[in-house]
Amino acid sequence: MRDMFKLFIVIVIFSAISGGVLASVRNATKDRIEYQQLVFVKGPAINLIMEGCTNDPLQDRFKIKDQDKERDFFVGEFDGKKNVVAFETYGKGFGGDIGVITAVDVDTDKIIGVAVTTHSETPGVGSKAKTDPKFGAQFKGQPITDVFKVKADGGRVDAVSGATISSRGVAAAVAQSGEIYKRLKNDLKNKMKASQG
Amino acid sequence: MAKTAVQEFTKGLWAEIPPFRLVLGLCPVLAVTKGVENGIGMGVATTFVLVCSNVLISMLRNVIPKKVRIACFIAVIATFVTVVELLMQAFAYPLFLKLGIFIPLIVVNCIVLGRAEAFAAKNKVIPSFADGLGIGLGFTLSLGALGAIREILGSGMFYGMPVFGPSFQPFGFMVQAPGAFVCLGLMLCIMNMMGKK
Repeated sequence: MRDMFKLFIVIVIFSAISGGVLASVRNATKDRIEYQQLVFVKGPAINLIMEGCTNDPLQDRFKIKDQDKERDFFVGEFDGKKNVVAFETYGKGFGGDIGVITAVDVDTDKIIGVAVTTHSETPGVGSKAKTDPKFGAQFKGQPITDVFKVKADGGRVDAVSGATISSRGVAAAVAQSGEIYKRLKNDLKNKMKASQG
Repeated sequence: MAKTAVQEFTKGLWAEIPPFRLVLGLCPVLAVTKGVENGIGMGVATTFVLVCSNVLISMLRNVIPKKVRIACFIAVIATFVTVVELLMQAFAYPLFLKLGIFIPLIVVNCIVLGRAEAFAAKNKVIPSFADGLGIGLGFTLSLGALGAIREILGSGMFYGMPVFGPSFQPFGFMVQAPGAFVCLGLMLCIMNMMGKK
């Protein structure tokens, strides 16, 4: 009986110590991991659409709570003014969710750029929604409040040939950004004014 | 039995080199050696875990009760593996994306538990450290060598840089799963032939 008790104590101490070690390592690396994930997963897309900005949008980011969900917003500075905000939304594609970053100018409500971050579309077909610059470019300059639908659904977005479903996913994600933008516009403007300093 | 620390270290590099002589830990050997970089990254991560767990288990070998030693070993190993996983996410995120699930799987790598059970639990701290480092480096070298062969033949590159002219037709079989088996089999065969002399 005493033997059992000793085994029990040893295991408890072992687990407690390893739990403590892990918690402290996790705390120490948490911010860096979050930043690394942004750099390698969302970074390329954000830098693509924010080309020519004079700050680091990954550093200038803030969170806003939107219907029980925290969303990340990335701020871009153009000509000395922080007036572009980018954020990620998801649309249903052929092989799962497609992550799309949409950057919007808060002064004019126009889209600065659209880029795909993560997707699992068919390589060489649906993946063109990410790699074909012409597909993303057609969103540029459109008002974010517009209706985004592919032509097959009666909209104005030119789908990538052979990849209507993937294109529809991207269009749906952009349309969703429009809704979020409308919902949070006042919050966004306030936050960006605050960061202007 | 009176082996020096140097002998313990060098045996891991040749006489007991893990995948070829001990034929242990084959899951990561087959899975991650598509390229040199992956192989060495995996090897370094495993080495770190091996050295840390060997040293700690050797220090605690008189505290750990015999009946629950496996549970205690696994707790120690799992802690170090999680630490490696967090550090890799924080400092080498692209490598983490490539190795993915195989980092947490180091916990069940037979080499690590094997060394803890067969060596660290019976020996003093310094030989255990030497043993862990030797076996770890041997594992890293083997993974690097297999990765190099498969990468050069399978994609015509070494460490991501092309080695042959543009006319080289990559032997794509080598970077796929069956290529790993064939390559490992041939390496084992060569090692056995050399061992016979």
